[in-house]
Amino acid sequence: MEGSFLELTKLTALMAAEKIRKREISVIELTNAYLARIDELNGAIGAYITVCAEQALRQAESVQKKLDGRENILPLAGIPAGIKDNICTRDVKTTCASKMLDNFFPPYDAAVIEKLSESNVVILGKLNMDEFAMGSSNENSWYMPVKNPWDHERVPGGSSGGAAAAVASHMSCFALGSDTGGSIRQPASFCGVVGLKPTYGAVSRFGLIAFASSLDQIGPITRDVADCALVMNVIAGHDPLDSTSVDIEYPDYTTFLKNDVKGLKIGLPKEYFGSGLHEEVKAKILDAAKAYESYGAIIEEISLPFTEYAIPAYYIISSAEASSNLARYDGIKYGYRAKEYSDIIDLYKKTRSEGFGTEVKRRIMLGTYALSSGYYDAYYKKALKVRRLIFEDFQKAYQKVDVILGPTSPVTAFKIGEKTANPLEMYLSDVYTVSVNIAGLCAISLPCGFDSKGLPVGMQLIGKPFDEGTLIRAAYTYESNTGKSGVTNCGI
Amino acid sequence: MEYEVVIGLEIHAELATKSKIYCGCTTEFGGEPNTHCCPICTGMPGVLPVLNKTVVEYAVRAGLATNCTISSFSKQDRKNYFYPDLPKAYQTSQYDLPLCKNGYLEIEVDGEVKKIGITRIHIEEDAGKLIHDESGRVSYVDYNRCGVPLIEIVTEPDMRSSSEVKAFFEKLKSILEYTSVSDCKMQEGSLRADVNLSVRPKGQKELGTRTEIKNLNSVRAIVRAVDGEARRQISVLERNGVIVQETRRWDDEKGESYSMRDKEEAHDYRYFPEPDLTPIVVDEAWLDKIRSSIPELPDDRRKRFMAEYGIPAYDAALITGSKPLADFFEAAAKVSRNAKSISNWIMGDVMKKLNDTGLEPSDMPIKPESLSKLVSLIDENVISGKIAKQVFDIMWDTRKDPADIVEKKGLKVVTDTDAIRSVIIQVISANPKSVEDYKSGKTKAMGFLVGQIMHETKGKADPQAVNRLLKEELDKL
Repeated sequence: MEGSFLELTKLTALMAAEKIRKREISVIELTNAYLARIDELNGAIGAYITVCAEQALRQAESVQKKLDGRENILPLAGIPAGIKDNICTRDVKTTCASKMLDNFFPPYDAAVIEKLSESNVVILGKLNMDEFAMGSSNENSWYMPVKNPWDHERVPGGSSGGAAAAVASHMSCFALGSDTGGSIRQPASFCGVVGLKPTYGAVSRFGLIAFASSLDQIGPITRDVADCALVMNVIAGHDPLDSTSVDIEYPDYTTFLKNDVKGLKIGLPKEYFGSGLHEEVKAKILDAAKAYESYGAIIEEISLPFTEYAIPAYYIISSAEASSNLARYDGIKYGYRAKEYSDIIDLYKKTRSEGFGTEVKRRIMLGTYALSSGYYDAYYKKALKVRRLIFEDFQKAYQKVDVILGPTSPVTAFKIGEKTANPLEMYLSDVYTVSVNIAGLCAISLPCGFDSKGLPVGMQLIGKPFDEGTLIRAAYTYESNTGKSGVTNCGI
Repeated sequence: MEYEVVIGLEIHAELATKSKIYCGCTTEFGGEPNTHCCPICTGMPGVLPVLNKTVVEYAVRAGLATNCTISSFSKQDRKNYFYPDLPKAYQTSQYDLPLCKNGYLEIEVDGEVKKIGITRIHIEEDAGKLIHDESGRVSYVDYNRCGVPLIEIVTEPDMRSSSEVKAFFEKLKSILEYTSVSDCKMQEGSLRADVNLSVRPKGQKELGTRTEIKNLNSVRAIVRAVDGEARRQISVLERNGVIVQETRRWDDEKGESYSMRDKEEAHDYRYFPEPDLTPIVVDEAWLDKIRSSIPELPDDRRKRFMAEYGIPAYDAALITGSKPLADFFEAAAKVSRNAKSISNWIMGDVMKKLNDTGLEPSDMPIKPESLSKLVSLIDENVISGKIAKQVFDIMWDTRKDPADIVEKKGLKVVTDTDAIRSVIIQVISANPKSVEDYKSGKTKAMGFLVGQIMHETKGKADPQAVNRLLKEELDKL
């Protein structure tokens, strides 16, 4: 029994769904297999904050009932998934990995959760993350740090570290993460799985607890590219409840699962290959570029001259928005409230001092400062101008090329505690990912080999707005030809 | 020294939309605490706002009716501050790109017409309400009002006296009512004003230091606050004191303002563009549609009432100053042959009743047709003017039809000469002294006798008939 359980969790969503459709396995069996896997590994890895075993099994039973005797079954029906803990789930604790929301049970589902439920996806639980999605290592969780499944001494990346680790260690078939400055792609790269940050406005943010509203986007973390397309088919689309959601026709992303990049123009931005990029990572990305050339793509060097301003602009804009978005956690309505206080101001001060972790407080301070009168023009306004310039950089690049290829992160997974003493160094590890959020583009990170320590290396493909299709096609081509994907067991 | 007072207003009006600005909750006033709210207007984690288009329409209507330029592109911004009645800890408002700007209204004070500039009109959301427990230990929050749409109207510092302020405020209020932008119910807080005021020696160019008096919610309080604050500032200057730029609160009972001096004063609101909402684009087609939805405004209506119903300028101005009152007049006058009398009733008894009961014209308990009928009953000599006042009171209290009241209570004028004559004979025999007085030339006694007759007939006797018949009977003696 144990053995077959393990086999079940190895299946990708596509494969498992096929077996469910053919009645070779039941949704309940599959769910039980994942719950057993979580039981076995979560203690060591810390990917889940909340496991909804009972609810998952109830859901599995009801889904199985729905499927019994029905021919037309939705592609993800019965597939168990994990959800990053900043995505609201009705009556299931949603914490943002913060003491502040340790007691918060939303009375509503996020739009993406409604869509998953309609597609009969089974929800296993809520995944660990950096507190309020602020961090690149998952060390900022109030509950526990997440361990990288490939090496427990190392971080899984962040902020969707729990999501990437759960998918890599087969504690969930796929996961939903959120990406504000690389929070899906960087952990996907550190954990050797596939992570897509959709174009801003492609996936509803309703029910995603905001970090930086103009940058946040929900996206899938999956074992391979086909699963990524399947999940996108469910979550992408216009939502009238999110004013920033874009009302266009969304394609069937599985139609882009084609092994064909002939004539595709791929740009390599020279700014993404300079100092700071680890040699071993650089080598893997250049190998990938060569591989693409061999599949018939055209590789071109391009320039994104404003790249060096992306990190400062990102940390000003995201912190400014965060300082406002997180102001509502004041101890009045829900969440943590300090035990003792003398008056309302004292209640605010103590609640927020005790309820938020160091990194969150740092960003609130940064953002408050950047928006303060007298500093607004020098920081926030200037950052918005830089944002425009970065967007124009990409616009110019896309006149020449169809997609941009580069590293997801300058390094592979680093050791737990290695960068916590130096926040600035930690921020710099987002150097290749933040521009995508600043410009509102889409990007995918996919495995492209291992470094000499045996740690996964991720490469990033950046696409034009709403051109996820091309990313999926390019990623699928690489994956099909090299066999490199997140299906590879991390050895646990 | 002679001083000049310089006043500008910031007026908040709750819009009369059915639902709130960013969610579908009702805007209805009252209701048990926290029953008109949802996760969106209470700012729960993860929720997002969606702008109610009607809010834009109403605000644009207000802008067009006050001669503003409407921005084809405007945006919303967050105004950040902590307060328990503000669940998101920011108010979504508009900062540097308001929906309407550069408007004006013309007012008339002491026969002089003056233009008062309107700097801007922007949309924003209202906050909730704190209810402080009498023990002083606890406060409760009611979020029902949270997210009710407001417009803030900011004027230029163009007013120079409380009468100009009053004229401007009342004009603006009537325009907001006419355009159905706001119900302007001041006692429910749907219209409130902040007064910015400074004084300077007459002839001086530079403005003096201003103070702001917040949250005035009656015309009377606004006028008194302006006069009171002007007096206070002048007396400070007279004593060589210095005016402190600050926010003050007006205590209408004591008739004085006092400094708020609380921590709110030091606010840096850290405005920045609301990232959860897209810019507001008002194109020509939409603007035309809104323009065509604007009804006749008070100035036009006043002129029309004078021409169409032949009522005097004073009456027309007063009645058209309030849309519900003007609607009431027009509905009554349309079905009456005596518009002037309708107008008199409104200017007299109706206004008095409204004042005495504290009701707004929109809450008028009588129907316009009823007033019209009442006037007809007088004109057709069915009841006397004196009886009519009684009937009016009953109408007001019971909402019954005047003809029914007259019928049921038997209030019809008695014109039957035999009936009147028998009462006269009775009164004459009961008052021999007065009859004697009359006979000896004391004509005053006649009045006493008439009074007695009217008393006996409970005021229902036709006074003309009483006079004529009494004379006849007395002359017979």
